[in-house]
Amino acid sequence: MSEVGVTISQAPLRAVERPRAASPFSNALAFGWRAILKFKHVPEQLFDLVMTPIMFTLLFTFVFGGALAGSPGEYLQFFLPGILIQTVIFNSVYSGVGLSTDLGKGLFDRFRSLPIWSLAPFAGLMVGDILRHVIAGLIILTIGLLLGYRPEAGIPGVIGAFALLIAIGFGVGWIFMVLGILIRTPTTVMTFGFTFIFPLVFASNIMVDPATMPDWLRAFVDVNPVSAMTTALRGLMGGGVTLGEIGLALVAPVLLTLILAPVTLLLYRRR
Amino acid sequence: MDATNFLAIDASGLVKHFGDTKAVDGIDLAVPRGMIFAILGPNGAGKTTLMRMLATLTAPDAGRATVMGHDLLASPQDVRASIAMTGQFASLDDDLTGRENLILLARLWGFKGAEARGRADELLARFDLADAANKQVKAYSGGMRRRLDIAASLVVTPGVLFLDEPTTGLDPTARQGVWQMIRTLAAHGATILLTTQYLEEADQLAERIAVIDKGKKIAEGTSRELKAATGSGFLHVALSDPARIGEASALLEARLGATVQRDGDGTALSAMAKTPEAATDALKAMLDAGIQVADFSMGSPSLEEVFFALTSEGSRRDRQVEANR
Repeated sequence: MSEVGVTISQAPLRAVERPRAASPFSNALAFGWRAILKFKHVPEQLFDLVMTPIMFTLLFTFVFGGALAGSPGEYLQFFLPGILIQTVIFNSVYSGVGLSTDLGKGLFDRFRSLPIWSLAPFAGLMVGDILRHVIAGLIILTIGLLLGYRPEAGIPGVIGAFALLIAIGFGVGWIFMVLGILIRTPTTVMTFGFTFIFPLVFASNIMVDPATMPDWLRAFVDVNPVSAMTTALRGLMGGGVTLGEIGLALVAPVLLTLILAPVTLLLYRRR
Repeated sequence: MDATNFLAIDASGLVKHFGDTKAVDGIDLAVPRGMIFAILGPNGAGKTTLMRMLATLTAPDAGRATVMGHDLLASPQDVRASIAMTGQFASLDDDLTGRENLILLARLWGFKGAEARGRADELLARFDLADAANKQVKAYSGGMRRRLDIAASLVVTPGVLFLDEPTTGLDPTARQGVWQMIRTLAAHGATILLTTQYLEEADQLAERIAVIDKGKKIAEGTSRELKAATGSGFLHVALSDPARIGEASALLEARLGATVQRDGDGTALSAMAKTPEAATDALKAMLDAGIQVADFSMGSPSLEEVFFALTSEGSRRDRQVEANR
């Protein structure tokens, strides 16, 4: 399109009054719509999200599975719920990276200068995150099923597990919202995020039973919130979960939300 | 009508620090309604910070302001409802199409489904973007992007439209397009506050100009007033022999008692001359020293010369203050 002679029409610009203000819920829905459009326009983001967990699943199952659990099939049965937790936590890092990118581009300046509910953009990000968690989780679960994984607790167990995954993703997400606001370079958010996440994910009961670990490490694994999440998810999908286990799994997400959601809002308003 | 109703922006003593740097150091601003008002200054002068404060994006450390009669600190949400801001960096979602960007904003402003789509299509047509409506913004040219960005600020007609360096990074043709767009908006009664580092832009567009340097307002007025304040008589001299420019500059400075500015290609000098006699005297002194003059003229200073006169005066005053300490 030629730039020459580009003008806006000389006909009177219609003065447009502001309609009745939209509700906070409607603001949040509009941002949720934006998150869904992102899936339509940037489907390759799913590739980033699922490639790592797929590689982990395949490598751990077939390379280490036999040595760790006697056979790849038995190991997969143990490992799959854990890899779902890992996927959701890794996803949260990407969402912090996305926020940092958005903030750097001035897009949020426009959002912040609008007379809308100031948390609405975050509600939209959360909608996007939850979609990502569910889609990535379903892809990993499908691959697991193809490889021979069987959730003993059946469909209700799987639905319960996904509900717990969403709660975990929501809680952990706040860590990376805060980092996304504080750190101006998206790649730094990624590096920082993974530096923090890797020990937390590996020093847990996701990959192996901690029984063979040295005492000091096992002490950490026992209190690592990721272990509590994994135990509850295994219980949900494999059967035999207790309310206490679910409660323990939710401690960290609830605390993170209570503490970091107000911090996020404060940082966002101060920026 | 009292002053608060008449003014679109009424600010006094605005201050913003970033660490030890005073980005904005006590600025007063009175912008009447229905006017294009330019904030002119070099990079890092505090223009963007000033505008971000007025758009509720950055909280001032001191001072107060009303925008369209709403207090910046007491009722920021009312301020937001009466402004729109197009930032220096495109405030658009690159992944979405132009149309989706506008629909998103229309929905956020409170338009429902079909109304929001209608408003988006109307703006796309108005800003000559209908053909690109369903392309992702990342595929837009710089000029198209800027047009969409400005269209995005007009979803609801704002009381004040903030434009932060609206033509920075655009090629000359696209710049002309944006200028024309701003003039059309102003012709329909919009109040526009724009920042720019281009003197030509301020001269072309703005009815009033505030010149800002190092966080302080150093002058304000119409382009004509600013030129008159610097002195109506400006002597422009072009030399035959560029090698002697240093010597000529020193001579003019001594004779006219004014800061001498060197023009872009380094062969011409200009300085304020209080009277035509002083100018003649200075020219004669140059000829007596054997410096050949290729061309000379007396006239009004360009806004560029005004700007340099003002900023060099400012830094001279600063040096004076430091010397007295």
